[in-house]
Amino acid sequence: MSQEIQDGLAVIINEVAGVPVEDVKLDKSFIDDLDIDSLSMVEVVMAAEDKWGVKIPDSDVKNLRTVGDAVDYIAKATA
Amino acid sequence: MPIVVTGLGATTPLGGDMPSTWEALLAGRSGINRLPEDFGPELNVQFAGQLAVEPPLDRVEARRLDRAQQVALVAAREAWADAGSPDVDLLRLGTVIGTGIGGFMTLLEAYDILKERGPSRVSPLMVPMLMPNGPAAVVGLEFRSAAGVHTPVSACASGAEAIAVGAAMIEDGRADIVIAGGAEAPIHPLTMAGFAAMRALSTRNDDPQAASRPYDVDRDGFVMGEGSAVLILESEEHARARGARIYARYAGAGLTADAHHIAQPDPEGRGAARAMRAALAQADASPHEVVHVNAHATSTPQGDVAEAVAIRAALGDAQPLVTGTKSMTGHMLGAAGAAEGAFTVLALYHRVVPPTINLQRQDPEIDLDVVSGAARELPAGDLLALNNSFGFGGHDVAVAFRSV
Repeated sequence: MSQEIQDGLAVIINEVAGVPVEDVKLDKSFIDDLDIDSLSMVEVVMAAEDKWGVKIPDSDVKNLRTVGDAVDYIAKATA
Repeated sequence: MPIVVTGLGATTPLGGDMPSTWEALLAGRSGINRLPEDFGPELNVQFAGQLAVEPPLDRVEARRLDRAQQVALVAAREAWADAGSPDVDLLRLGTVIGTGIGGFMTLLEAYDILKERGPSRVSPLMVPMLMPNGPAAVVGLEFRSAAGVHTPVSACASGAEAIAVGAAMIEDGRADIVIAGGAEAPIHPLTMAGFAAMRALSTRNDDPQAASRPYDVDRDGFVMGEGSAVLILESEEHARARGARIYARYAGAGLTADAHHIAQPDPEGRGAARAMRAALAQADASPHEVVHVNAHATSTPQGDVAEAVAIRAALGDAQPLVTGTKSMTGHMLGAAGAAEGAFTVLALYHRVVPPTINLQRQDPEIDLDVVSGAARELPAGDLLALNNSFGFGGHDVAVAFRSV
């Protein structure tokens, strides 16, 4: 499941910010490593919400520092 | 402070860059074509000046920019490279890109999303994409221009006003180089319907390439176009110090207002005449020095006559070579003044004036020496040329350039 989410996120991040799919690894920071700015992060969250049918409030988004954080969050929310 | 033009760039219905656009102008080619079948079947206008080449941007760049920003970036990159990618103190680099409408297609798409999917699905990119200063902002960011980024909004005079404002930044000592131009992406059924409702557009659906016909007795309105053009304005001192190629000298500008009507030109052309006189005064030139006018000449019945009256009033019995390049590009609204300013610069540089196409029978009310049929050469020596641009709202801008 986690791998599926990671792959899905990689596609979204590639679509939004042009980051190569293979660079989207669990330990990568959205801001520092993937150069995702705050506007792009909102786009990533919107696309993730649509894809997995979850709701990710802003108060939780600020805790999603790495790709791994997001994968865990979505896995838990869809469990 | 003497100012020169050291770089040019464009994307227009005639070409994806300035050299191909200029070549098409000299050849007298039309950039007007039929719109796709499904564009707006009920519209009474079925043609426009659509970009010859889609903006060559990567996928991520393209999705973050409104089309008006895309064309501005394409033209600015070309102009910057054409100027030799100058080394400049970024605190002394300015950007002035005008637009008539800005990113309204983004606004319309976002409104559809709001209605269909609710506020939580409205893109965080909507605001930076739709704001009228968006094209200037993305160009300013691309080149890290920190002296100031400005956006004149004066309808179809915006691009010309951008040249004047850009030159003023150098004259005022705020910048050594200014990236100045205009951008517009107005081809949408809503805009077409709106301009058609004003009875401003040609409805020559049976022959789109003959629809834009400035000065012809059978003209029936303008043809919508999209595109962008950018000029690199530079203090002569800065340009000389780096050994830059100089296309022409910026000589002055006149900016006035008709104070007459929101959309109709003053039939006496008084505001336009004052703009031309002001440009000549700033250029320290007499009317007889003007050898060429790239006219606003949109191909509307009233507008072309009002401008002709204004040219006669401002220039007396001087008969410069007048051309209306909108006959080929269509009317790129807020980009038009910048594009035609650039065409004026190229006319002086190459000493040749592109023709006005589709001029079969000149309106007897228009007492001008219009270049038609084929391009005409300009003489040797020091030459002065004017570019006129006017906009709904009664904006009148004339820009003067000198040959080098």
